[in-house]
This record gives sequence, C-alpha cells and structure tokens, in this order.
Amino acid sequence: MSRLKNLVEREAGLPPLAGGHSLCQGCGVPIVVRTVLNTLTSPVVVVNATGCLEVATTRFPTTAWNVPWIHVAFENAAAVASGVESAQRALRRRHALPSDEDVAVVVFAGDGGTYDIGLQALSGALERGHRFLFVCYDNEGYMNTGIQRSGATPFGASTTTSPSGLESFGKAQQRKDMTAIAIAHHVPYVGQAAASHWHDLSQKVERAAAADGPAFLNVLTNCPLGWGHEPRLGVQVLDAAVNSCFWPLYEVVDGTYRVTCEPEEIVPIEEWLRPQARFAHLLRSENAQIVEEIQRRVTSEWEALLNRCEGGVPA
Amino acid sequence: MSTAALELMTGGESVAWAMRQIDPDVFPVYPITPQTPIIQGFAKFVADGKAHTELVNVESEHSAMSAAIGSALAGARTMTATSSQGLALMAEVVYIAASMRAPIVMALGNRALSGPINIHCDHSDSMLIRDSGVVQLFAENAQEAYDLTLIATRLAERSDVLLPVLVCQDGFTITHSAEPVELLSDDEVASFVGEYEIPHPLLDPVHPTSQGPFAMPDYYFELRRQQISALEAALDGFDELGHEFEALCRRRYRAVEPYRLDGAERVIVALGSTAGTIKDVVDELRDEGQRVGLLRIVSFRPFPAQQLASLLPDAATAIVLDRAASPGGAAPLFAEVAAALVGARVTVTGHVYGLGGRDLHPEDVREVFAGRGQQYVGLRGEPCPD
Repeated sequence: MSRLKNLVEREAGLPPLAGGHSLCQGCGVPIVVRTVLNTLTSPVVVVNATGCLEVATTRFPTTAWNVPWIHVAFENAAAVASGVESAQRALRRRHALPSDEDVAVVVFAGDGGTYDIGLQALSGALERGHRFLFVCYDNEGYMNTGIQRSGATPFGASTTTSPSGLESFGKAQQRKDMTAIAIAHHVPYVGQAAASHWHDLSQKVERAAAADGPAFLNVLTNCPLGWGHEPRLGVQVLDAAVNSCFWPLYEVVDGTYRVTCEPEEIVPIEEWLRPQARFAHLLRSENAQIVEEIQRRVTSEWEALLNRCEGGVPA
Repeated sequence: MSTAALELMTGGESVAWAMRQIDPDVFPVYPITPQTPIIQGFAKFVADGKAHTELVNVESEHSAMSAAIGSALAGARTMTATSSQGLALMAEVVYIAASMRAPIVMALGNRALSGPINIHCDHSDSMLIRDSGVVQLFAENAQEAYDLTLIATRLAERSDVLLPVLVCQDGFTITHSAEPVELLSDDEVASFVGEYEIPHPLLDPVHPTSQGPFAMPDYYFELRRQQISALEAALDGFDELGHEFEALCRRRYRAVEPYRLDGAERVIVALGSTAGTIKDVVDELRDEGQRVGLLRIVSFRPFPAQQLASLLPDAATAIVLDRAASPGGAAPLFAEVAAALVGARVTVTGHVYGLGGRDLHPEDVREVFAGRGQQYVGLRGEPCPD
C-alpha cells in the first residue's frame, strides 16, 4: 500500500534492493526501484535490461538483489519478461506453481533499453498482452556508457555525442514521446511519473499492478553525472521538471487520461534548465531563442495533455 | 519394445510431432523459411488441444530466443525453431543462452545466409554460431530429425550439461521432403523425456537467485571455462543417451557415425543429408572394389575429435566436404577435422559444396572420391551475368 509507513516497513525487513551497490551518490535509480518494489505486495521477479542498474548491482560474485532477478541483454528485457510470464502461466496450469500465488514480473530498463534499442521487444510484448510491469527509468541518455545522446535526450541538451559547441546548441532534435507510444498500444495501464514524487509513483505502481495486462511506467529519473547537477539536488531538479510541465505526471487507465499531480504554480522552463550543466549553454544570451522554443513546445504539449484529460482527444 | 508406427512425414512434420509428444511448457515462435512447417504444425497441435503449451508469437527471432531464456530459466521446458537470418539475428542471445545455461531445444532448418538472399540449404547459419557454446546435432533425414529432437531434450537438461541444443536439419532437403518415419508412442516419449527440472529456477521467490550478472576480469574467465566444460560433457552425455535410445527403438546414435570404414583408404567427412547420397556412392564404389568410406559427423558441437581420429583408418585420406565457406580461411568442418588429426598418419583434403542449395550429385561424389573434385564442387565455370 502506497503509504510511507508501509514502504519504510518493507525496506526495514529484507529490502528487495539492498545497499552497498555501486550506483552513484545522488542517483535517482535506486529510489525508483525501491519505491516500485516496496509498493508491490506480491512476490516479484525482476527483469533488468543492461545498464547502470544491472552493472552496479550484480558484480559477480556479489548481488544487491534479495528478490529473483534476471538480466540477459540490453534490448530484450520485455522479451525475457514475456518468457518468464509465459512460464508462470504454463507452470500454473501444470500445477507446478500454486495457482493462488501471483508472482509479479517487473522490468527495469533505462531509456536506451526502452526508447531506442529496446523499443521493438517492448512493443511486441505490449501488443501480445503479457501481464507485466515495464518500468523505464528515464534519465534521458546513455549514462552507463558515458552520457551519450538517446531518443529520450531533450532538445538542446549537451551530451558526449551531441555536444554543444561553436556551431551546435546540443541535441538538435526533439525527444521521442515514449509514453504516448506506449499509450498507442492500448494497454490497460500507462503512467508517467518522476523519482521525486514517491507517493504519486507508488500509487501508479498499485494501479499498474492491478491491471489485467501490460502496464508501462515512464519515470523521469535524475542522473547527477549526466545532467550535471549537485548530487544532493536530485529531487529539486526533478520537481522543476514537473512544475515547469516539462514532465507532466499523468496516467491513462483503459484509455482515460488523468493528470495525477498538477503543479500548484507553473514555473518557467529556466527553473528546469538552470541547475543542470547539460543545459548551461542554453542560458547564454545567444541561445535565448532556443529556450523560447523549448518553452513554447512544453506549454503546447501541456495544453494538449489537459485537452486529452477533458476527453478532447481520446486515446 | 516399441510397437512402432511408420508414417509418411517431412522432417518439419516429424519434428513438430516430436515436440507435440514432448509437450513443452513454452514455445516462442517467429516465422522463417524453411522452418515454418515446424511452428505451424506445432501451433495447430496447440489449437487442437493436442499440445498444452504457451505459444508466444514474438516479434522477432531475437525476442524468440530472449523469451526462451526467460522461460527456460524460470523453470519451464522451452523449445523454439529458426533458420538462417533468424539465427543470425538471435546470435547475440544464443551466446547468452549458453552462458546462462538455459536448456532450450531449438530446431534449425539449415539455410544459406544472405546475401544474396536465398532460402535453400547450406550450413553457414550453423557455422555462424559455431563458437556460441550450444550443442549442434545434425540429422541425416526426417527420422533422425525426429529422434534427435527427443534425445536433445534429455541432453539439454542433463545436470552436467544444461545448455541449448540445436537439432539441425537441411532446409527443404529434410524439412520439406516426405519419407517414412518410425514414431514412438506418446507414452514412450513422455517416459523417455521425463519431467523438466533445473537446479535454480528463477520463479522461486523463497530462494531468490540473481541470474545473468556482470563479471569482470576477476571471474569472467572462470565462468567461461565452466561453460566449456559443460559443452565437453555433452559428448559423453550424447553417447549415453544414444545407448538408452537404442534400447527403446533399436536406432543407435553416436557423435560420429562410421560407414564402411573397413580398410578404407579414402574417407569423406560430412554433415547432414548429403551423407545419404555419399552412402549410396560408397556402396556402389565398394561393389566396384574401391576402398572408400564415410565418417558422418552427427555432433558438430561438441566436436568428437578423438572418436574421429580413432575411427579413421591409418594412412587414409580424409576428404572433408563443407557446406559452408570461411572466406579468406579454412572451411569450418575442414579446420575441425584437420585439428582433430594433427599428428595422425593421414592426409586431409577438403572441398566446399552446395552453397545456397546447389545439389551435390552422385557423380560429384565419385569425382571427389577419385581425387578429381574441384575446390568448389558443383560451381559453374561461367561468370554470372552482369
């Protein structure tokens, strides 16, 4: 149940993801993993795509995982989950597993393993209707390999493969709307969340777990190294993403849109850009137009989302 | 003893029949010629309630093998099938399946790799994953494709092996050609293959395991060595299962099949359906008084190097027929045989034949035995049109 007390109690027992792993100080990923797994009340199997989380938690012969965990490759986590879920159904039918015990299959993948290289396997698994929860910890780039640009990297961000320079303002393309891509599969549950908003995330996990079919959660997750913010400022930076409407928190349940956490006061996009070194070049006067363009797009996407919530555009 | 039924079946049908009798828990499927008769046949069995399997219609072969790994390691008996480009696409995950010790049985309808794109048989797909760590068994005909599928299930799941096993059958030549196949009864198959059991199923929340971790230079080498040992152990395992299977149906399987080697001076070494043609020619040449024979490799991986060396008569010439090339280097079967025979008092020669489904005729085999074969047997002399 998504109350802080419950989450803390579960963490105080044998935590699903133990400390001692080697994720960076201030990394948002373990917050997401713990919030998701501590919310679930059923046993779980975790399927992990290649990435920071996998590398930092399972250096052989050690493991930080106290729940069943499997990693196969980068692009195929949703396909592996399909196999695990199918195995569970087959074994139940054969009475090799108790029929009343539901083991939740939860995928954790970064944005590379979701938006880019993992998109095909994810799309296939969503279309086939497997009962699993796919959690994308979206930190907007290939951070594990050294902060390269991905399909999730926002317009204007400087990365090691889209660096800002004398003739570049960083990434020249808009990010993919992965949440919308998931929604287009007409699965029972899709949610967009942020690592900063634990209660919102936890409630979404509850609803996702109750869905009779695939559920997809796209969770904006800070990366101090890749974003270039102070490790202690992760939650504030993510707050600005939500409050500027750069990253609206919403969900689509059986086709119905709902904003789950509306900003009390919408802040200008500069609040989101300013604390992050990857956007520092945008705040120079010669790039004012770029910032204006970002603001325009964020505002128009936010309005489109509100329209959908009012039934203006059905899923 | 079995009351064997004889049915007219293609290799694809015989394998689908074996899989129905095994009744695996999970079967990821993705179509590709020429293996499609296997997945279609099996899907129909499921649709008719004759197999009780979760059919997972994945969106690619990469996902087929990925789902198979998830399912096999979760604790469910898992099978799949592919060919050519499908195997090439899944190659990355085939390596990982072996390293994660996932006992998956996969039917392979051998087909040439692109390009140019082609749908007919050669062994370049198998050779692409030669070093992946999976077992590769080559059938000579539909009967063997059936039998080897049953044996493969046991071999994959042996506690000293726990590896994917591929049952390779020549595309079209075996997959689509009907011949009489002697079938075991459903009960005999069920009792031969037994229950699926692996040491650490993932779907055991009470005993959680971390599978597929990250291994750095301090452990990677040790883990790879264990995997190599497991593949080596499959050689004895196959031999033991060959005996057990023989007791069931009087057909004997061994890693390398000797054919008329008595006093043989010239011995062809080959894989797959071509062995049938070669056996006919050996019989004819023996009738003419020529000392010729055949060594047919059934288990290409693990490669039965010692058995091959001990079966080849002293001072003989081994003529290796490869149905795959290694551009710029030695063809794969030739390299394997030559390595197995280092230090032996024999001569080894080799030819490449049959790429992209080019037939090998009995006259070609006669030429090869006579030492008059070209380097590329069956290749036309004239250039291709512009």
